[in-house]
Amino acid sequence: MHKEAAIREPLILGHKTYHDITEDVCKPIEDKAPRTWYILFGIALIIGLYGIGCILYLLGTGVGVWGLNKTIGWAWDITNFVWWVGIGHAGTLISAVLLLFRQKWRMAINRSAEAMTIFAVFMAGLFPLIHMGRLWLGYWVLPLPNHFGSLWVNFNSPLLWDVFAISTYLSVSFVFWYIGLIPDFATIRDRAKKPLSKKMYSLLSFGWSGRAKHWNRFELISLVLAGLATPLVFSVHSIVSFDFATSVIPGWHTTIFPPYFVAGAVFSGFAMVQTLLLIMRKAMNLEAYIHTKHVEYMNIVIMVTGSIVGTAYITELFISWYSGVEYEAYAFINRATGPYWWAYAAMMTCNVVSPQLMWFRKLRRSLMFTFFISIVVNIGMWFERYVIIVTSLHRDYLPSSWSMHYPSHIDIGVYVGTIGLFFVFFLLFARYFPVLALNELKTILKSSGESYKNGDAGHHPEPTPVVAAAAVGGDDSESNKSNNQ
Amino acid sequence: MADKVIYAMYDDDEVLKDGAKKLVSKGVKVADVFSPFPIHGIDPIIGVEQTRLGIFAFIYGLIGLTLATVGMRYFMIVDWPMNIGGKPSFSYMDNMLAFIPITFEFTVLCAAHGMAITYLIANRTLPGMKAKNPDPRTTDDRFVMELRTADNHDFSVADLEKMLKETGIVELEQKDIV
Repeated sequence: MHKEAAIREPLILGHKTYHDITEDVCKPIEDKAPRTWYILFGIALIIGLYGIGCILYLLGTGVGVWGLNKTIGWAWDITNFVWWVGIGHAGTLISAVLLLFRQKWRMAINRSAEAMTIFAVFMAGLFPLIHMGRLWLGYWVLPLPNHFGSLWVNFNSPLLWDVFAISTYLSVSFVFWYIGLIPDFATIRDRAKKPLSKKMYSLLSFGWSGRAKHWNRFELISLVLAGLATPLVFSVHSIVSFDFATSVIPGWHTTIFPPYFVAGAVFSGFAMVQTLLLIMRKAMNLEAYIHTKHVEYMNIVIMVTGSIVGTAYITELFISWYSGVEYEAYAFINRATGPYWWAYAAMMTCNVVSPQLMWFRKLRRSLMFTFFISIVVNIGMWFERYVIIVTSLHRDYLPSSWSMHYPSHIDIGVYVGTIGLFFVFFLLFARYFPVLALNELKTILKSSGESYKNGDAGHHPEPTPVVAAAAVGGDDSESNKSNNQ
Repeated sequence: MADKVIYAMYDDDEVLKDGAKKLVSKGVKVADVFSPFPIHGIDPIIGVEQTRLGIFAFIYGLIGLTLATVGMRYFMIVDWPMNIGGKPSFSYMDNMLAFIPITFEFTVLCAAHGMAITYLIANRTLPGMKAKNPDPRTTDDRFVMELRTADNHDFSVADLEKMLKETGIVELEQKDIV
């Protein structure tokens, strides 16, 4: 069995057994939902339905109901798209990249982070679809034989790359998530008492029995899917950034975009994971599995990616001056001092300053502070996209075309609506799905569980480590003595 | 005599692994192990071979790569070459850089989905299938070793049970194979 250093903080607190893990995760699913769940679900549903209403109005009337104009042809729609895709980057990063790096702390958070990813990418995918105006012609983005003289979609265009990247990412993330869910659905199925839930979970668990051969295949497919998903995560946001970087708009036409967007995506994704998990662990009594150490690890990721983002902002600023291109220089001066200075200031404060506070151990281990920062980062990352998109466009090459963007209430309604829908999905997930990866957590119980680490496995919590420490101390002093002699 | 199957239940993965090692060294064939999570190191003991799913994934990836390459060459170069932004589509090699993102995405798409479908079919875990684990607790905290008399002609049922009882089992069950 894999052994872990004793000074490493345990990942599972308390004296848990395998059965306790099952109980802790399945209890919230089997019990009646608490009142707060219904209240939150109701609020999310109302907001989500309002969003759907706005989308239907948009589809019925036309894209003219948005606040776009001929100068600012891309505004809230793509801002929200990029924001949601960015949020959708944490889940697969946690489950794939951290799996390849054998980071065990991922196991407590990967399931819900992946769920978040899928729902976020789903929300992101809505925006390009509805911006077509005629949703029913959405299949035109696929390379299908057609009656327009066999005119194909343009495979040279980053917008088409995006279609492939986002749909691959969404479907592969879903498969990865579901493969891991099957054994856990089987656990719930075997515990279910009510006939309806037994039937539902039997269907969802595909008849999983946990044979040795199946587990052998399970471990390999997890590894290979992680290997496939890792470059996929990085490719998706790189391709999203190509939408901008391959254009000739000052402020967009930058080679730094792909890594800068990927770092930003991971940054905002982890912030959203923190926002959701800090509430979930409390509401579902999962404090033993998702505790300060996990939050600290995630805060370190936020700090690192936040620093990359900050560096990218400053590099961009420097290059705009150093390049000697006056349009480029103007675009950046205008960002900072023009009519959208407040958006730029919000972006800079939220994304450059706030992650640096995580250098302080006290702050990054404080749950309240983390929650606050996670919200700040999410706001900051939305403004980043707004700054890149709207401020780069609103000063056209022709001063006669200069314009401002004012969002219409439909713009706002669609955006807020997707947040509502996202929470509808996430709350349903938290209610009916195993929110922790049961089978994975059980494999680390013996190497990273608190009681096993201290050497008093399971049922008898006598404090043996004190004796062990004394023995070590004794050995040291003896060896010191012998050295002195 | 009807073939019998013996289910020996353990409450710890390490105990089961040691038990399986002991039984196998005596020449007993372990038919299967049911567990709530992968028991690392059990496969070589009970003779489960490493899966070949990885090879399948590679093949599916190659199929995706080929399809994407052939498809984009046909669409963009052969069937309807377009001159976009003064950059005409002369040959596949000239335009290849622009095709790399989709080639990559499509390779991953085919490899991941092909592998997942193969995995589900190989496991016989598909929607609507019935679970085959002998005890509902094997998906919670129990570990079950399955022995079949058909695999172990040298031992009587009593022999097998006696040997199992020495390995720290918590429950023992015997069933006829119907």
